[in-house]
Amino acid sequence: MLHLVNKSPFESMGFEDCLKYAAKGSSILFYEDGIYGALPGTAIADRMASVTSDYKVYVLKEDMMLRGIDKIMDGITEVDYAGFVGLVEENKTASW
Amino acid sequence: MVVFRTAPYGGNYSFEGLENVLIMGAYDQDVSVLFIDDGVLAIKKGMDNSGTGIKDFSPTFRALEAYDIEKIFIDRESMESRGVSLEDLVIEPEVIEANAVEKMMEEQKNFFMF
Amino acid sequence: MEGPYQHEASDSAYQFTKAAIAKGHEILRVFFYQDGVLNSNKLMDPQADDRHIQKQWSALGTENNIDFIVCVAAAKRRGINDTVTAEGFTIGGLGMLTELAIEADRLVEFRA
Repeated sequence: MLHLVNKSPFESMGFEDCLKYAAKGSSILFYEDGIYGALPGTAIADRMASVTSDYKVYVLKEDMMLRGIDKIMDGITEVDYAGFVGLVEENKTASW
Repeated sequence: MVVFRTAPYGGNYSFEGLENVLIMGAYDQDVSVLFIDDGVLAIKKGMDNSGTGIKDFSPTFRALEAYDIEKIFIDRESMESRGVSLEDLVIEPEVIEANAVEKMMEEQKNFFMF
Repeated sequence: MEGPYQHEASDSAYQFTKAAIAKGHEILRVFFYQDGVLNSNKLMDPQADDRHIQKQWSALGTENNIDFIVCVAAAKRRGINDTVTAEGFTIGGLGMLTELAIEADRLVEFRA
């Protein structure tokens, strides 16, 4: 299962809601404003560190570039749109 | 599976979700309906649109059974955190826990989130 | 899908579709609903230095023979009919989304 999160975790409950129902070991992709969840050193960085140990977490490179973000936390994998497609090949999706 | 997870009226998602459920029923699909998070507020009793004129779609939820849509579930924690109980709702979904939601999601082919 | 320009959903859906085609996947259909129906509006006229969302879709659709369906109920509420939709976009019922759910291996929803 691939959970798609497109809202900033600082603005929306989407990410927390997703975690409530997402089975451990499933995949999460941050895209659009969701990518801000992958920033290092934020107020939710500790929380995110535990999330990365329970889930496979990805972030969409094109949306990072668009927003001038070039640093992400350890444990989160950058993918481009081709990688996004690859994740969808492997998983059915739920959009939060 | 159609998942209702947003509050009604502020956005149009619940109504669109409901239309989707009805169409899937019309296609004889084995459709499950799930209310989580703010979605539990979409089936609140006593909606009164006389002050706003926005279409009240809550009666249509009551009609789901007539369309043979019987797999209707609601997340307990979402209800509790919003002070909603079954008596407050226009239909009576089966109350389930978040981990049951998680299992159910893994078993479904597609999700439509509204 | 959410409305073009107001939200990134249209752009994400477009980029994803393009990438899926590039990897050799068949796109059965793109179903536009909610404010997403506005993607089909040929009257849109963005500033010259910005992307033209409708034309992007149309070019991709023509090259790859993709079925673009605009949800009729959502379109009617927003004043979108076949005098406004660009070539390649067809107005159709919500049932065509259900068909997608039945027939496609994968369905991805780009929402606000």
